[in-house]
Amino acid sequence: MPKTPTSDRIYKYVTALLSGSALLFIFLILYVLIQYSYPSFVINGLKFFTTTAWNPALGSNIVTKDGFSIMQGSSFGFLVYIEGTLVTSALAILFGVPVSIAIAIFLTQIAPMKVRPPVSFLVELLAGIPSVVYGFWGILVLGPLLLDQIEPFLASHLSFIPGFAGPVYSYGLLDSGLILSLMIVPIVASISRDVMIQAPIEQREGAKALGLTDWEVTRKIVLPYAKTGIIGAIILGLGRALGETMAVALVGGGANLLLHSIYSPVNTLAAFMAISLDGAFTDPTSQDVYALVELAVILVVITMLVNIFARALVKQGFIRSSEGVVRV
Amino acid sequence: MSKTSEGGADSSTALAQATQTVTVPWYQQRVSNSYRRRQIWDKILKGLILVAVGLVLIPLLDMLYLFAYKGLTVISLSDLTESTTAGTGLGGGGIYNAITGSLLLLGISAAISVPLGIFSGVYMAEFAGEHNRYASIVRFFSDVLAGVPSIVLGYVGYLLFVLSAGWGYSALAGGLTLSILMLPYILRTTELSIKRVPDSIREGAIALGSTRTSMINKLTLRFAIPGIITGVMLAVSISFSETAPLLYTALFSNYPPTALLHQPVAYITGIVWTFSQMPGTGPHDLAYIASFVLLSLVFLVNFIARVVLKRFSKI
Repeated sequence: MPKTPTSDRIYKYVTALLSGSALLFIFLILYVLIQYSYPSFVINGLKFFTTTAWNPALGSNIVTKDGFSIMQGSSFGFLVYIEGTLVTSALAILFGVPVSIAIAIFLTQIAPMKVRPPVSFLVELLAGIPSVVYGFWGILVLGPLLLDQIEPFLASHLSFIPGFAGPVYSYGLLDSGLILSLMIVPIVASISRDVMIQAPIEQREGAKALGLTDWEVTRKIVLPYAKTGIIGAIILGLGRALGETMAVALVGGGANLLLHSIYSPVNTLAAFMAISLDGAFTDPTSQDVYALVELAVILVVITMLVNIFARALVKQGFIRSSEGVVRV
Repeated sequence: MSKTSEGGADSSTALAQATQTVTVPWYQQRVSNSYRRRQIWDKILKGLILVAVGLVLIPLLDMLYLFAYKGLTVISLSDLTESTTAGTGLGGGGIYNAITGSLLLLGISAAISVPLGIFSGVYMAEFAGEHNRYASIVRFFSDVLAGVPSIVLGYVGYLLFVLSAGWGYSALAGGLTLSILMLPYILRTTELSIKRVPDSIREGAIALGSTRTSMINKLTLRFAIPGIITGVMLAVSISFSETAPLLYTALFSNYPPTALLHQPVAYITGIVWTFSQMPGTGPHDLAYIASFVLLSLVFLVNFIARVVLKRFSKI
């Protein structure tokens, strides 16, 4: 082996150093999150999960507790936001996943070859639409449609099902769930499409030659083959729904109460963070900030676990085979 | 598979049956019940799948139509050359401040994340072997970084840049926060595009006496560039379509940016966020224009990425 030229060694070490930037950023984020949430974890502990009231008690006396100064009578409960996050994400999965898998089946098994690229393009376009634009569309179109047409119908005809009885609100759980489901469709559909298209062509053609219908080929050959990838895609979609901020902040209705029906106003961890900016400046003890960071920590832990699990199932989530790119 | 339920020993009746199956509609064909059931089931599920495709495409097309129509009917040149005005409740003025602000934020975030991402990708693809522990750690944390909710990044940027570093709400705080968000996408697309370059090209260059440095710069990067540009385009579209990381770092401003520090800066998504929540047509018109501009940019960037990938891929 000849000696490695100096230029090569320099190039290697410089790029190795620069690739450490991702590590640096992650550690900065973790450091900041831990540093700023520590007081809140000490004072409030895990009471977050059992209390619903978020009350910084501005204007009351400053007292000392556990070595930190806090506002007397302040309370920071997350339960409303944790519930909202989990329920909206569950709705997104419930509405979004069947539709996404149907699109993937359509794109790989049913649609004529000429129809596939434009439909693929449109579905991937959904991934590029900014979330505030989804939210604005929710305010303009989906919200009024649900409020005037669909929700009164559901409330009067299905009120025997728990959670379907009125009253209805202008924005709430159903709006958020539907918008979120639309937002996870491009992720779940395009990854599912990519795994389904790899189902062995010999088996598919053999099955068709034996007289199986298109649906039977899909059900017995394509879906079992693509199962792991589809589950990974669903979990990635869940990660997106859990962390989604702006659309829910616009169409959620901003609740501070627990849910009581599918029309209830709702708030998620992420949406609540987005609308709580001003509190940070008005609390002289900064407990409001610390509590918000604890909320961020909980959100990060949930989404990280979900994402790590999903990425183990979907090895390659960034680049699509010659079909452009979808953000995942 | 179609089994005739009665055996046709006579060849003329068999012929008659064959011609009959061509003319008779499928539901009257003389086939076994199970075959018919499977055919009907197939048709029902295909119908349901078509309905599902429609359920997604209708909102999308409605969204595109709404914002294209509203945007084009509302927009005027002054909307792009004037800034939002101070008494914004009425929604006068235009979105000039937000367009310039978004361009500034894009410039800052791209200047940081593009070189970092590309060089990191070069290291991961060219220098780190398959089983390099450091590279797999970087890869893992870069994936984790891509999964951090953007509002959390925004809040960290607020604590780190706005408060601790003392920069205040500023273009630099916003741009840096965005660059953290963009980095993993550029890194991964670069790595994957370089890895796709066939080894025969590398071996040829080394065999001819090239150093690895010039092999990478003159060959593998050249071949990988369409893929890398796609990744950069994705990051660019993230930089102007994100709102959450900027709420706490860039804030908003009614004026075009003039400084990097201690000066809040406007951005296009911020217009939609602020004015869509106000009642009345004035503010909503501004939100329409901003949405229209955003969707046009998304289209444009998507289009560029596709054209580059299709036209300039040499492998």
